[in-house]
Formats: sequence, C-alpha cells, structure tokens
Amino acid sequence: MSSVHSDHNADRIGMWLFIATEIVLFGGLFLMYSMYRFKNPIEFHTASLELSKVMGTVNTFILLTSSLAVALASLAIRKSQIKKTMVLLSSSVVLAIAFIIVKGFEWAAKFEHGLYPNSAILAGKPKGEMLYFGLYFAMTGLHAVHVLVGIGLLTFVLFQVKRNKITPHNPGFLVNSGLYWNLVELIWIFLFPLFYLIS
Amino acid sequence: MTTAEVTEQPYVPYYASKGKYPGIFGWIFSPDHKRIAMLYLYGILTFFLAGVLLGVLMRINMLPGHKIMTGQQYNAMFTLHGIIQIFLVVIPAVPAIFGNFFLPLLIGAKDMSFPRLNLFTWWLYTIGAILALVSVFFGGGAVDTGWTFYVPFSLKSTVNVPLAVFAVFILGMSSILTGINIVTTVHQLRAPGMTFFKMPLSVWGFYSTAWVQILATPVIGVTLLLVIMERLFGIGVFDPSKGGDPLLYQHLFWIYSHPAVYIMILPAMGVISDIFPVFSRKNIYGYKMIAFSSMAIASVGSLVWGHHMYVSGQSDLAGIVFSLLTFLVAVPSAIKVFNWLATMYKGSIQVEPPFLYALSFIFLFTIGGLTGLLLGALSANVHLHNTYFVVSHFHYVIFGGMGFGMFAGFHYWLPKMTGRMYNKPFSIVSWVILFCGFNLFYFPMFIMGWMGMPRRFYDTPPEYMAMQQLVSIGSFIMVAGLLMMIANLVKGAFSGKKCGPNPWGGTTLEWSLPSPPETENFREVPIITKGPYDFSSLKDSA
Repeated sequence: MSSVHSDHNADRIGMWLFIATEIVLFGGLFLMYSMYRFKNPIEFHTASLELSKVMGTVNTFILLTSSLAVALASLAIRKSQIKKTMVLLSSSVVLAIAFIIVKGFEWAAKFEHGLYPNSAILAGKPKGEMLYFGLYFAMTGLHAVHVLVGIGLLTFVLFQVKRNKITPHNPGFLVNSGLYWNLVELIWIFLFPLFYLIS
Repeated sequence: MTTAEVTEQPYVPYYASKGKYPGIFGWIFSPDHKRIAMLYLYGILTFFLAGVLLGVLMRINMLPGHKIMTGQQYNAMFTLHGIIQIFLVVIPAVPAIFGNFFLPLLIGAKDMSFPRLNLFTWWLYTIGAILALVSVFFGGGAVDTGWTFYVPFSLKSTVNVPLAVFAVFILGMSSILTGINIVTTVHQLRAPGMTFFKMPLSVWGFYSTAWVQILATPVIGVTLLLVIMERLFGIGVFDPSKGGDPLLYQHLFWIYSHPAVYIMILPAMGVISDIFPVFSRKNIYGYKMIAFSSMAIASVGSLVWGHHMYVSGQSDLAGIVFSLLTFLVAVPSAIKVFNWLATMYKGSIQVEPPFLYALSFIFLFTIGGLTGLLLGALSANVHLHNTYFVVSHFHYVIFGGMGFGMFAGFHYWLPKMTGRMYNKPFSIVSWVILFCGFNLFYFPMFIMGWMGMPRRFYDTPPEYMAMQQLVSIGSFIMVAGLLMMIANLVKGAFSGKKCGPNPWGGTTLEWSLPSPPETENFREVPIITKGPYDFSSLKDSA
C-alpha cells in the first residue's frame, strides 16, 4: 500500500474549508472598505468616477465567462468528453489572461494620471480619495494575484487532463480547481460594484 | 497487499521503516504523520529554548547593575521573545506535534486526510522560521515593535518590519493548512463505531482549535499583508495623514490574536482531559460538557477581541459588550476545571509525572484565568493596562496553562512516541523546581503590576528593585527546572528503559498499539464499541 492515500470526499471538504479561509481573508478587506466608505462617502464617489466603467464591465464579462467555462469543463469531464474539457479549460485560461491584460491597462492609466499611493497628484486630493485608491490597488492587486495563481493552476489542470492524470473517474482535482476559480470570480463580483459602480 | 501478508509482517517501528528516500530525506520528505510530528518537535523545541534564552537575558538585564544591553536591544529582545514563543512555539506546538502524531492514532486512522499537505505545512513552518531569523540580521535589524506590530510605530520603525511580518504571514498559512487537515481528518477518518461522542476529549480539543485556526488566521494574514503594502507602497489604510485609522489595525489584529489564545490553550485542555481519567482510573466527569465547552470557548472566544482595547478610545458601549462577553468565556473554562476536579474525586489516583504536570496546569491556569477576569473588568483594566500584571496574567495562562499542559502531554505520550520511559523520580524533582520557580518568577509580577510597574520598560524605578530581583531569581530557578526536565526527557527518549505498549494503563486507542507505533498504525481497522475512558476492561485483565 502506498503511504499516500486519497479520498475524494476529504478533498472536497478540504477545498471548501480553504475557500472559507479565502472569504475570511477578503472579508477583512471588505470590512475595512465599508468602514472607510462610511466615513468618506463623497470622496469615494468622486474617486470612483476616475475608474473606467467600460473596462470594468468588460472585465466582469471576461471573468464570468472564464468561470462558466471551467464549470462546464467539470461537467464535460464527468461525461468523458475529454476534448471538450480541454477546449473549455484552454478558453478559460485565455480569458483569464485577457482579464489580467485589461487590468494592466487600467492600472497603467491610473499611474499615468498620477493616481497611485504616495503620488504627488494624489497628495493634493482629499484624504478620502487617497484611501479609495489605496484600497483599490490593495484589493484589486490581491485579487489579481489570485487570478495569476488561477492561470497557473488551470494550465496545470489542462496538462493533467491531456496526460490522462485527471480522468472521468477521477475528476477531483479539476472540480476543486474549478471551485477555486469560481471563488476568484465571486470576489470580483463584489469588487466590481464596490469600486466601479458606487454613487 | 493481502491480509495474510499483513499479519505475518514483523514489527517495524515507524522510525525504522524503509521509505522512498534514504537518511534525512526519508524524514523531511516523508508524508507519515508521525515523522512530521517529530520534525515539528525538533523545530519547536529548538525555538522554545531560543525564546527561553532571550527571556533569561532580559531577566539578567533587570538585575541591578547588570545592564547587558541597550534600550534598543531590549526592545528587540522582548519582540523576538514574543514572536518566537507565540508564532513559532505556542501556536503550532500542541496541534502540530501531538495533533499530528496522535490524532490518527486516537481515532483509529492510518494517517491524516492530507499527508502531503501535512508535510507542506512543516516546510512552510521552516521557511517562516528562516525568514524570521533572516529579518533579525538584515535590512535594518531586529524588529522592535513588540509581537503585536502595532501601527503607527511599525510603519515608522526603521528596522526590518516587512520581512518579519511576512514570516508571520507564512507561519499563519502553515497553521491554517494544519487546521484544514485536522477538521477533515476528524470528519472523514474516524474508525467504524467511533461517533463524535466516543472520541477522546483530546480530539475534541484538536478539532475545536482547528476551526479557530481556519476561521481566525486569515484575518491576521490580510492585516499583515496590509502592513507590508503600507510599508512598501504607502497605501494609507493605517496612516492618519492619508485618512487611515490606526485603531482599525488593532481591531483586525485582535480579531485574530485573541482567538489565537484559544488556539494555544484549547488543545492543551484536551490533552489534560485525556490524562486525568487515566491517572484517576475513572471515567471523565461530564464528557459532553467538556466537549461542548471546547466549542463554546472557540466560538465565544472569537467575539472578545475588544477587551485588548479598553483604553484605545473605542466606544463605551463596545467596551461594555466586550467586557460582558469576556466574562462569559470564563463559564466554559470553569466548567472544564470543575469537571477535571470531579473526575479525580473518589478516583484511584496514581501520582505519576504526567499527573503532577496536569495538576499544576489546573492550579496555574486557574490563577491565570481569574486574573484575566480582573483585566476583563472595564474599570480595573484602566489601572492595570500595560503593566506587569498583564505580562504575568499572560504567562500564567499560556506558560502555566498551555506550557504545563504540553509538558504533561510529553510525560504522558513521549513513551508512546519513542518506546522508552524517562527517569520518573528525576522528572518529579524537576517538576518541583520548575513549579516553585515559576510561581516565584511570575507571582510577584502581579503585585508589581498592581503597584504600577509598566511592562516593556528597559529600566526599573528604585521602589520596584527588590521585587525585580526576586522575579529574576525566580526565573533562573524556573529555567533550571525546565532544563532538567527537558534533559531528562531527551535522555529517556534515547536511552530510557523500554516501556511496552501501555505504561500508564490508558484506555484510548493509541495504547493498544506497540510503542512506538508502526508506519501504518493499525494492522486491522479497529471497531469501536465503548467510550474512550472505560476502565472496566482493564480491571478484568488486571
């Protein structure tokens, strides 16, 4: 008997517990966001006008579609549709990369306008706006790190499917990676209105 | 592998079995929960001794005419002492050593649910420890903020705060993953027939702790990340000049760090709950109440963080609510203490070393707990805040409670882990020295704190000098006892007498296995029909 055993139920429980820790982690940030927004409602609104609603909306669609693709991949592998699984996984990775690229353009635009922590322009603005951009970069930055991890993870899953390590009878790793990816999308669903759509 | 082969296999203890890799690689890459526990043991013991050494240096510094360090060095000393003892020793110690080694044995499993993840947590622990050490010597020098990293000082201090904070973040990840592993294992791998209420109480201790590890640790994780981002990029969330609020840091810090106190004490309470029945030869009194009180402490304990902040300027209403909840936590803790006492009542007491350490746990924890109520009262707290009283209270609970609980655990379980018995009379002698030294050390600090001696002071006003000397002498006696105890345990582990499978007459599953157990733990999956502390069968066989 090999010394490392596996247990699908356990994997699922472990993954959900991990997701709980991620929610608590971002929960701390959301708590902080709500407190500062409560204190500076007008400044937060003014600052939010600087963000591009178009880019934010596009990115939301990109991430939602990517998430859908992984969810469909989890279904497809259970039906033994290996090729479809791989196509879906590849498209989700491509969309995730697109998300990062759009995000990069957004960040670059902010830097161009001097709207980043410690910048001279921001120093001339009210404190609430400084906080808004501090939180914006901290929260979307941490989210972007999660997206990057997700890209690596889904690419790895793709190769494992190709090498027959993830099979219709043993889809656990794909399903769990999908859960993680849905979590990343879920966090964005909260970040998007909180930063782009507030008034 | 067929069953026939299993029964014919010769006995090979876990440390001698041949794994995939030779030599030390067979340990640091082994997914066997027992080997991982031993790896943790070596690391934690090393850091424990390092933390003790820093403490001794500080006590020498407090003797009149013995200023062996500068004020800045003293600040670094108490900070490092705190970081090492809390994040590298106390938080991981019981869950990672005893939880790893004994949880599967206690519930009749062959390993934890995620053996490789388990190994990964040890690697994270090691990386975190190395980063913490590196931060001492590079990039501006050792942290001087206190183990709490309070802003705004931690943002202004010129020492290497970001790396030290990042090290604690990594250690937190290790702790979270250990927690996930323990919860999953308890849910998935209990032997047939072992219902939740047939689990040994130490398993309840590990289980409730694991929930706190999972749900509280991420908060400090993100808070520490924010401190790093604040230091590196100046995002402003804790910086008043940018609209941030330093008080928010304190909230986020204590939302984790108060529950962390229960991460420290709950598993030790579980271990104690296993020890008393064995040395009283009697079923535990109030099994369900002890189990539920663990969960009650874990949940109510998560809502009391504000009692660290009575004088911070939080609202009176918040103070009153936090004070009330703090008093509430005392109830489940007291339930445990009374149940342990009731377990001993009319029992057939065997005065062995584990029992003595467990007894002193109750004594010291009760003092620590009751003085905690003084600190939890709003008015008294204003007087006692930031004095030696707090230092003493904390050490009574964590060192007297968790520490002595862990020592009791070592005296109880080390023979199972190594197969050898230490020198019992010697360990009783060191217990007496340790216990007396401990009280001589910390008790006068209550009085000094009550009189107004502030903590973290490099120098002592003359009116406290006499007591300060007494405290230092007490600390030297305590450390002498500590070293005697550890030396005895280490010697026993390598050259003690062979002790057989069940030296104490315990009834939980681990005692049904040879000492030390084999890699696979159980050759046949045990089937559980009785509660964990049923001594009637032992009577029959005796």
